[in-house]
Amino acid sequence: MNLSYFSLPRLSRRFIPIWRRNFLVWKKMAGSSILGHLADPVIYMLGLGYGLGGMLPEVNGMSYIAFLAAGTVCYSTMNSASFEALYSGFSRMHEQRTWEAILNTPITLDDIVLSEIIWAASKSLLSGLAVLLVIWLLGLSHSPLTLWIIPLSLLVGLCFAALGLIMTALAPGYDFFMYYFTLVITPMVLLCGVFFPVDQLPPLLQTVSSMLPLTHAINLARPLMNDAIPAQPVLHIGVLLAYALTGFYVSLVLFRRRLSQ
Amino acid sequence: MNAVLSARDLRKSYGGHVVVDGLNLSIQRGECFGLLGPNGAGKTTTLRLMLGLIAPDAGELRLFDHAIPDQARAARLRVGVVPQLDNLDPDFTVAENLLVYGRYFGISDAAIEARLPELLEFANLTGKRDARVPTLSGGMKRRLTLARALVNDPEVIFLDEPTTGLDPQARHLIWQRLRELTARGKTLVLTTHYMEEAERLCHRLAVMDNGRIISSGSPRELIAQNIEPQVVEVFGEQAAAWAQSHAVRHAQRFEISGESVFCYVADAQPLLLELQQHPELRYLHRPANMEDVFLKLTGREMRE
Repeated sequence: MNLSYFSLPRLSRRFIPIWRRNFLVWKKMAGSSILGHLADPVIYMLGLGYGLGGMLPEVNGMSYIAFLAAGTVCYSTMNSASFEALYSGFSRMHEQRTWEAILNTPITLDDIVLSEIIWAASKSLLSGLAVLLVIWLLGLSHSPLTLWIIPLSLLVGLCFAALGLIMTALAPGYDFFMYYFTLVITPMVLLCGVFFPVDQLPPLLQTVSSMLPLTHAINLARPLMNDAIPAQPVLHIGVLLAYALTGFYVSLVLFRRRLSQ
Repeated sequence: MNAVLSARDLRKSYGGHVVVDGLNLSIQRGECFGLLGPNGAGKTTTLRLMLGLIAPDAGELRLFDHAIPDQARAARLRVGVVPQLDNLDPDFTVAENLLVYGRYFGISDAAIEARLPELLEFANLTGKRDARVPTLSGGMKRRLTLARALVNDPEVIFLDEPTTGLDPQARHLIWQRLRELTARGKTLVLTTHYMEEAERLCHRLAVMDNGRIISSGSPRELIAQNIEPQVVEVFGEQAAAWAQSHAVRHAQRFEISGESVFCYVADAQPLLLELQQHPELRYLHRPANMEDVFLKLTGREMRE
């Protein structure tokens, strides 16, 4: 592989006009997008929360629906960023040739990849806000600490956008993304404490869980919902940031290789 | 001479396959320069090298005073590109496409808005300002792509097969617009495999094959250098047999392609007299053109 693919990203504010382009597209279908951000998590939370919650006593010192709400915020933000980075990102790169058009201007591939990550994280932020709104409206948490969930949504978005872009850079077509959702995202949801506490898992799986980014997101979100300051916040934020930065760099190297063919 | 773009011994291979093989050329300010070649000759790769989108394996390339690809960003600020395949934003209207594209050059919304009427007028799209891209015809999309390439008022415009897939009306309108651009002093660099397009628009042409320039000059020069001035095309079932026995005596050179024979001659009179004796053969006498040059230089076999 060509050595120049490995040079460090050169970042600039030129990602902003691309972000604005994506925002203009989004505005045209904002209605259905917001509905999607709201409906999916609400259905999950109410369905499972009341359904299962009725049979369960408190989980980790909170009602099951409140326990699930913290997981749902992270799950939702993860999903938003992943879908955006995979399906929409691939469409912009490959189907619609949007990147090709942009690359003919003074904007570089580094700017484009940065814009993709920040845009997908922006969708996560919106998704996190939507779930948070529902949490407040349903009275599942009254803690002002839940406001920290807003920047957390952005961080989770950056992390999963960057990881998702690695797949986009490798994908021959849309079908390829099924592997990622089936083999990475779905197991992660079950291993990282969205629906039940991680300590219910066998020790080996608990170790695996401790290495996955979603676990660290939930370890931050759940105490915040419960009006507590999370334990080891630096560790959790550090892991999410490390995944985000690694994903950004690896995907950039792969995109450089792919687009120089 | 004032070269806007110069390439010296440019090379690029992909996985052992040489696509650009020692390319030398220089393009002057204000000229319309055409890069001709069959499919796979390396035209699009050459354009991508010129824009700094890919790095050459060897050689030197300058666009304005910028070394490419190192300073490609600065060079692309002053360049417009009409790509081969449509990449307009399908979610946007005509005006939004121009607005969003202008922002990529760091142009303010107000400045783009101010230029919009002129760009729309140039593209014959004034009435389509708020039409969404999927509702446009192929010709309209091409013209919008051309207007989009002008949003930054570029000095050099690269066009990769600008009229491929268009009907004659749409093609003639694009040609007219490209001539207007050269009249305004813009430098055009275009690739095409339509010889008529090359002959009508370009001041200078380079014929490319297998990654090399095999001939270059003005269309007139290329015809004069490479081929006899007159062509007599002869059609009919017996054309090939006739050529083998009779045409050899009157034509410097002839080529048989199915039931057609192309005879290349300096003086067509003896051949035309000879053809009077063969009423079963139809024929067409015409001056030699770029297509003849192109076929002579790159051969008649299919490139797929």
